[in-house]
Amino acid sequence: MKICLVVDDSRVIRKVACKILEELSFETMEAESGPEALIVCRQKMPDVILLDGQLPQSSGIDFLKSLRSETRGNYPVVLLCTTENDPAHLSEAIVAGADEYILKPFDRELIAAKLAEVGLV
Amino acid sequence: MHAPDYTYLADVLRRRAGIVLAEKKTHMIETRLMPVVRRFGFRDIASLLKELHYGHEALVQAVIEAMTTNDSAFFRDRKTFDEFRDIVLPALKQARADTKQLKIWCTACAAGQEPYSIAMLLDDAKLVDEGWSITLVATDINSQMIARAQEGIYSQFEVQRGLPIRRLVSNFTQEGANWRISDHLRRMVSFRTFNLLDSFGWLPDCDVVFCRNVLMYFDLKTRASVLDRIGDILMSDGALLVGPAESMEGFMQGYVPADSAPGLFYKTRPAPARRLSLVK
Repeated sequence: MKICLVVDDSRVIRKVACKILEELSFETMEAESGPEALIVCRQKMPDVILLDGQLPQSSGIDFLKSLRSETRGNYPVVLLCTTENDPAHLSEAIVAGADEYILKPFDRELIAAKLAEVGLV
Repeated sequence: MHAPDYTYLADVLRRRAGIVLAEKKTHMIETRLMPVVRRFGFRDIASLLKELHYGHEALVQAVIEAMTTNDSAFFRDRKTFDEFRDIVLPALKQARADTKQLKIWCTACAAGQEPYSIAMLLDDAKLVDEGWSITLVATDINSQMIARAQEGIYSQFEVQRGLPIRRLVSNFTQEGANWRISDHLRRMVSFRTFNLLDSFGWLPDCDVVFCRNVLMYFDLKTRASVLDRIGDILMSDGALLVGPAESMEGFMQGYVPADSAPGLFYKTRPAPARRLSLVK
């Protein structure tokens, strides 16, 4: 079973995302901040990360940069969930190592479609 | 909707566009025809269908357009595009190395996502840089869809379906809430409103034909006729791509499926079939 780490400071969003992912046959892990997500990744690197782009402490982009510099940090597919869709923001996400992005609010169909696009469903 | 009205509408759609109107779709029909009712100033759908009997061409076209399904997405059914990029294109690059000409037709392009997806793959392959001449023709029966495709502007919802983030950033520019395809990709595609029941005579002999998610709306006779006539314009080593989930069972005459590539077919008839068909 593939593992997905959901990183979001909102407990409700984490819960909704995990439910969707479990319905899509993923095992889920949660983190509410970038630093916490890094600790989780060091313990068990997930196959895919659903990453909130607007985390309160360090941004999703900051976490992404840190992740990609970790051992095996290039392995997970990272889907950046964001409310910003301007090209500059998207370019920054690409440079930082995002594989795809999902514009919030997301639903089951969108998550399933993006996971299919990156070959995980 | 009264049964005679339903029957008449179904008959018009079948005769004029080859579309089979599924039974018990009254609600869908009413939803799709109401904008036409308003546009032409009719009181209700019954009045519209009554007027349809007089064969007013603009009205017939508007009804056909309203009843067509235009759902599409960039790189929809990704496997088809992988097959085009990994199997079809390399073979044609080798086979056409002397002429360096490639002719591709998208038969039902909706708002243009399919031909623009193909254009992106051709752009990746840098064929134009290597001196290739590419003809990429995209048609649809719906003139409003063709106008949208020519404009090349898509909503966030549309670009989020199937379009990888890197392609979005490199091939589109943001315009308010929407995204516009780059000029160089737009210029690669020639769009035209075209009914697949009409003559294919204006089309070039094609190396590749994309005929996806359209045959399913046709009756069996129309489906066979379209595939037969595609065979007439397809080069002897040309490729036909249908949707990977679309059944070609019963319509395989003239085509052979590619090994391990669902939805990809090659022609078995000898070229130039078009000339033979004109003699018939």
